[in-house]
Parts: sequence; C-alpha cells; structure tokens
Amino acid sequence: MLKWLEKNLPKIVMAPAVGLIGWFVYGFVLWTLYISFTNSKILPKYELWGVGQYVKLWGSRKWLIAVDNLLIFTALFLIFCVVIGIILAIFLDQKIRAEGVLRTIYLYPMALSFIVTGTAWKWILNPTLGIQKMFIDWGFENFTFDWLVNREMAIYTIVIAGVWQSAGFVMALFLAGLRSVEDEIVKAAKIDGANLFTVYWKILLPMMRPVFFTSFVILVHISIKSYDLIVALTQGGPGISTTMPALYMTQTAFHKSQVGLSAASAMMMFMAVAAVIIPYLYSELRRENAR
Amino acid sequence: MQDRTYSSYKQLEQKSKYTNMFLRWFLYFVLVIFALYFIFPLYVMVVTSLKTMEEIRQGTLLTWPSGLNFDSWLVAWGGRGYGAGDTFLKPYFWNSIKMVVPAVFFSTFIGAMAGYVLTKWRFKGDKWVFLFLLFGCFIPYQAILLPMARTLGVLGISNSVIGLVLVHTVYGIPFTTLFFRNFYVSIPSELVKAARIDGAGFFKIFFKILLPISTPIIVVTIIWQFTQIWNDFLFGSTFSFGEAAPIQVALNNMVLSSTSVKEYNVDMASAIIAGIPTLIVYVLAGKYFIRGLTSGAVKG
Repeated sequence: MLKWLEKNLPKIVMAPAVGLIGWFVYGFVLWTLYISFTNSKILPKYELWGVGQYVKLWGSRKWLIAVDNLLIFTALFLIFCVVIGIILAIFLDQKIRAEGVLRTIYLYPMALSFIVTGTAWKWILNPTLGIQKMFIDWGFENFTFDWLVNREMAIYTIVIAGVWQSAGFVMALFLAGLRSVEDEIVKAAKIDGANLFTVYWKILLPMMRPVFFTSFVILVHISIKSYDLIVALTQGGPGISTTMPALYMTQTAFHKSQVGLSAASAMMMFMAVAAVIIPYLYSELRRENAR
Repeated sequence: MQDRTYSSYKQLEQKSKYTNMFLRWFLYFVLVIFALYFIFPLYVMVVTSLKTMEEIRQGTLLTWPSGLNFDSWLVAWGGRGYGAGDTFLKPYFWNSIKMVVPAVFFSTFIGAMAGYVLTKWRFKGDKWVFLFLLFGCFIPYQAILLPMARTLGVLGISNSVIGLVLVHTVYGIPFTTLFFRNFYVSIPSELVKAARIDGAGFFKIFFKILLPISTPIIVVTIIWQFTQIWNDFLFGSTFSFGEAAPIQVALNNMVLSSTSVKEYNVDMASAIIAGIPTLIVYVLAGKYFIRGLTSGAVKG
C-alpha cells in the first residue's frame, strides 16, 4: 500500500488540477452543449429538443447584428493593434532614449480592467462634456463627435477603446521578437548594401511570422470574448447596435431567461474560439517537439 | 542588438547628417505622439476627479483643476453618509481583496505542483495532460457560465466571495500550470535525478531544490493571477450581486446608476480607485508583468 502510494504520488498530486479542469471546463462545456439541444427556458430541462435553438439563434436579428459587429470589431481591432504595435516596436528598437519610460506608457492599459478604461473612454467620448466640447471650446464651432450615441458609429468607439487597451501588448510581443534576432543576419544584410527600411521590410518582418501568428490568435481570442468593454461603454446600445456575442449570451440567459438559446450562442462562441486555438496549439506543440 | 543599431546609425550618418537628424526627430515625434495618446485617458481621469462639477461644465477635458480637491475621492471611497442608495467602493474593495488573496494562493499552489509533476516526474501521456489543461486557458467562459451558476447554487455558495474564490481558482489553474511547467522545463533534470538517487522524496525535492529557485516564476504567476482576478468582471457580475460583489462590478453599477445629476468627477475617482492596485503592481514590477503577458501569450 505504502509502496503503491509512493509510486503514484506524482499522479495523485496531479489529480486535483486534472479533476478540476476536467469537471469545470470539459464537463461544463458538454453540459452547455447538451442544454443547447433542449428547450430550456428559466431552468434547464433535460428532454432533447433537437437543433431548434440553433435555428432560432440564426434567425434572430439581434444575434445577426452581434455577429456582424464581431466581424467589424475583430477586423479593425486586428489591423490597428498590429499596425500600431509594429510601428512602436520598430521605432523603439532604434536605440531610443527613455525607451523604458515609453514602453511603460504604451503597456500600462493592459494592467487596467476594461471596466476602468471603459468608464474613462465613456466620459471622454460623451458628446456633451467630452471631446466634442473640447473642440467647440477651442473654436471649432461645428465640430461634432457623437459616435457613442450614434447607432451607426457606436461600434467604432469600442474599437477605439479596445485598440488603446491592447496595442501595447502587440508592441511588447514584436519588440521581444525583434530583439531575439541574431545581429549577424542584420549585419550581413547591411554589408550587402541594404538600407534600414529594406532590412525591416524584407528581412526582419518576414522573420516575425510566428509573432504575427501569435498576435493574430490572441487578438481574435480577445475580440470573441469581449464583454466588459461593451458593458462599460455602451451596454450594447444605442438600441442593440453594439451587441456582441458575449453580451448576447449573458443577456439571453440572465435577463430573457432563455437558457437553451443562450447555451446555443455560447456553443457558437466556443466553436469560433476552438477553430482559431486548436490549429495554434497544434503548431506550438509541433514546434516544441521539433526542438 | 547594440551593434545593429550602431551600424545602421553609421550608415545613415554617411548619407547625410541632415537626413539623419530629420529621421531621429521624426522617430521621437511619432513615439511621443503615441505616448500622449496612451497617457491621455489617464490624464483626463485624474484631472476630472480633482475638479468640481462646476469646473467640469465650464472647462474642457484638458483644463487643469483649480486646486487639489479630493472631495470626489472621499465620496467614491466612503459615500456621502445618507444611508440607503448611497453606493461607494470601500466594502467592495475589501470584497475584492478577500476574493483575490485566497484565489491567487490556491491557483498558484496547484499550478506549481502540476508544473512540477509534468516536468520532473514525467509519466506516459503527460504531454496530453498538459494539452488538456492548456486548452482551459482559451475557452470562452460563456460556455461554462450556465452550469457554473447552477453548481454554485447547488453548493449554496452563489452570490458569495467563497463562490468567486472557487471560480477564480479553477479557471486560473491552466495559466498557473503553464507558467510553472515552462519554467521547470528549463531547469536541468539532473538536479532532480541526483537528489532521487540520494533518497530524497517527491515533496523534499520540490521544497528543498525547486522552490528556492522558483522566486521569479512565483512572482510572475502571482502578478498575473492578481491582475486577472482583480480585473475580472464577467464572473463577478454573473455570480454575485449586491453586497458580495467585487470592485469592478460595484464600479460599473456606480457609473451606470442614474441619479438625477451625473457626477463625472466621482465616476473618475471611482475608476482610479478600482484601477490603482493593479497599476501600482504594474509600475513596481512591470518586468514580471510583461513576462507573464508574453509567456502567457507565446505559449498559450
């Protein structure tokens, strides 16, 4: 008995982690999957009802708006974060004075919660006393900036705040990537007469492919899960114009008491994330095995 | 690194001193513009929190406050003292502390043990076990909210700090395991093997050999978990309300509550109070924070 215990001690120590994740992650996802095939309203029901909830979901105008918003947000969020992140990383890589201070400034939003930053941006973007008033007081009397309360434009305020929060993160990833490149490669290129622009554009950036890939995965992942920022900035409004899948899921479950429908939307989100993450984990693992 | 910039510098110098100077100025100009963009909201928050509502209406976002007026901070922290309907952050701040401390401790401990086993006591299929845990870093929590709400209800700990401790401990494990596993992988297994030959057991090896050299990764993990849990809103708002709510939920409720007059100065003071613990950690231990961010990202 004691011998058995000693031999299996590592596995016993490992058990809580595996057990907890097995139950609370995999078990719960399966539970949600099951519920998405039932006609659950306020309380979960366990008779199977087929794919009715999914049909209902994709027929719902609010869900379609949420998916639309997610696509717009993800595209813009990705482009702006990556472009700003790369520019900052390359510029900071030029032996800049006060690099440490600048880096700290670019990255501090990552330490704050989306609720805190959402509250700040909401105040800055509000049309009565925020940026709009600032420009009017400066003498631009016809200046209007009412995106926050404008159905068509409100989604872009979420992009502004989201990019502000996450661009520094992409900068940190690329800066780490650039600094891991051997000096020899760059020196060789210089000897061949390549200028600084060519060195970055033709040599260093193509070498950053794994960093691009990582940033892509992380940013898409952040945007599919984005919830807090929307709650703090617009609560999905004006009307339902800035609803996103994560907000749709919680509203449907906890305000509309449509548990089955909400589970279906959660499973759609799960599948979207899995489609991005599984290839990523697979490639990461392969890279590690190759080492 | 230094050589590279030095040689590029020299090359530019050859071309023309003026282009060189212009480029340097341009570089700094762009970097400073971006710095201003990133600093702007923080500046606005601080300045607004120090103004009176009268000043806010008269000035603009950028106007400097007339003096150091901490009234809105006091209101945000301790309320106005008129009883019912008077919401302020102090009790929720303590809720968050009571939630963060045990959750960070438990998740870090479990992760350290798991990382230790996965690297130093390898068994058949351990790679799959790691992958099994790793996937937990990525699941959208919406897919577990409904069963979690039920489970907390059944356990009788919904709407309590204990419930949130459980939730944050569990969903922190994938990250903490990842951190410790990646750290211990780089530590030579010969150390452990030698100790095993000398007859040291499982726990002795961990506490005598690995733990003393684990300080950096423990710091990284604690900072990461602290920031994540302190800043969480989804779990807090789904599994708690009223008195048990953590600070981010309370902040959001305060800002959204539609009393007759919107007090932006109090809103901003509240936001700063809710953000200050993580901000302080970031400024003091930024290096470790960034390490957590990039390793949490690059490997998971």
